[in-house]
Amino acid sequence: MTDYELAVECCLMAGRLMMESGAETYRAEDTMDRMAISQQLTQSQSFVTPTGIIFSGNKNHPTKLVRINNRTTDLEKIALVNGVSRKLASGEIRLEEAYEELKKIDEEHKTYPFWIKIIAASIASGAFLLLFGAPLFDVPSAMIAGGVGYSVAEMLEEKTRVKFFAEFLAALVISVMATFSVAYGLGYEIDKIIIGSVMPLVPGLLITNAVRDLMAGHFVSGLSKGAEAFLTAFAIGAGVALVLSL
Amino acid sequence: MTYLLQGILSFIAASAFGVIFNAPKKSLFYCGLVGMTGWLVYSFVNHLNNDQVIASFAGSFSVAFVAHLMAKKFKMPMIIFSVAGIIPLVPGGSAYNAMRHVVEKDYGVAVEYAALALMISGSIAMGLVFAEIITQIWVKVIGKLKLKP
Repeated sequence: MTDYELAVECCLMAGRLMMESGAETYRAEDTMDRMAISQQLTQSQSFVTPTGIIFSGNKNHPTKLVRINNRTTDLEKIALVNGVSRKLASGEIRLEEAYEELKKIDEEHKTYPFWIKIIAASIASGAFLLLFGAPLFDVPSAMIAGGVGYSVAEMLEEKTRVKFFAEFLAALVISVMATFSVAYGLGYEIDKIIIGSVMPLVPGLLITNAVRDLMAGHFVSGLSKGAEAFLTAFAIGAGVALVLSL
Repeated sequence: MTYLLQGILSFIAASAFGVIFNAPKKSLFYCGLVGMTGWLVYSFVNHLNNDQVIASFAGSFSVAFVAHLMAKKFKMPMIIFSVAGIIPLVPGGSAYNAMRHVVEKDYGVAVEYAALALMISGSIAMGLVFAEIITQIWVKVIGKLKLKP
């Protein structure tokens, strides 16, 4: 691989890793541009959308395209890739080292174990329930419903790859559990139990990203992320409404 | 509920969200801090004039502003700190009420709640935008002042 090819490969990998872990579009473009400029590719152009990246190093070489298939939320990966690009731009590490580091992040990076995430989801549900002014008595049922709902959403998304369906079913499970817990005297306020337990499913990252992308003038990504956030919220609402209407 | 208790609860909630979004371990504490700031501002403004829309604006503005400061301090992307802080402000309650009234075929009230949820989401977005612009202006002005001498 020549130096030019390696530089382009490096930029594309950094952009792909960032978009896969839920970074803002303009940050991915900015990172790629900085890395390219540090490798004397001053005429590079990058076009990033949530589903693909187009990057061209200079006029005489072919433009490259990378497809982004799965998008999750992994803030630590964004921070790591950002750190590598910072070091490369400041000349702390060479191109080969940067490429190796990015490769390592891509292959070896680990998230928190699944059970810790479930516990975090149930703790968040309980805390939100109290913040919304529900009695202490409702906390156990909300924590269980929140944990189960989050694990259902995550597992289904991994299996089916259809996010809206997973969130819909998770919201359905949560409202069924809330209904039963109130019916059998394990909770008082069904409304607040449902709202609290649904919170871990809320597409918070998408909302913030959509706004910031629109702000930065990336209308394609901003609108598509906004649409994704709206559809996710709608799926959650439909799941809750289905149970309430029975 | 006292502000102390609300602060503790929102701190726990925001850090738990940090874990769900896989934030770096050393930033979890600061994620919680950002979330706590946002919720306390929201709760205080809401208590003052009983308007959720303005309160959400103030809350999201402070979340984004504090997140920017943290991002500058730790040299990490700002998004790591802001995402968990925004979540408590999301209008889950009004969206839920809108949905429930639709189910009960009470469409007039449902539209009212839906409009409120829409307004709150809009004000959260505005808060984020304003904080971004103000920090950018600040950075530029401070940068110029430092360059001069």
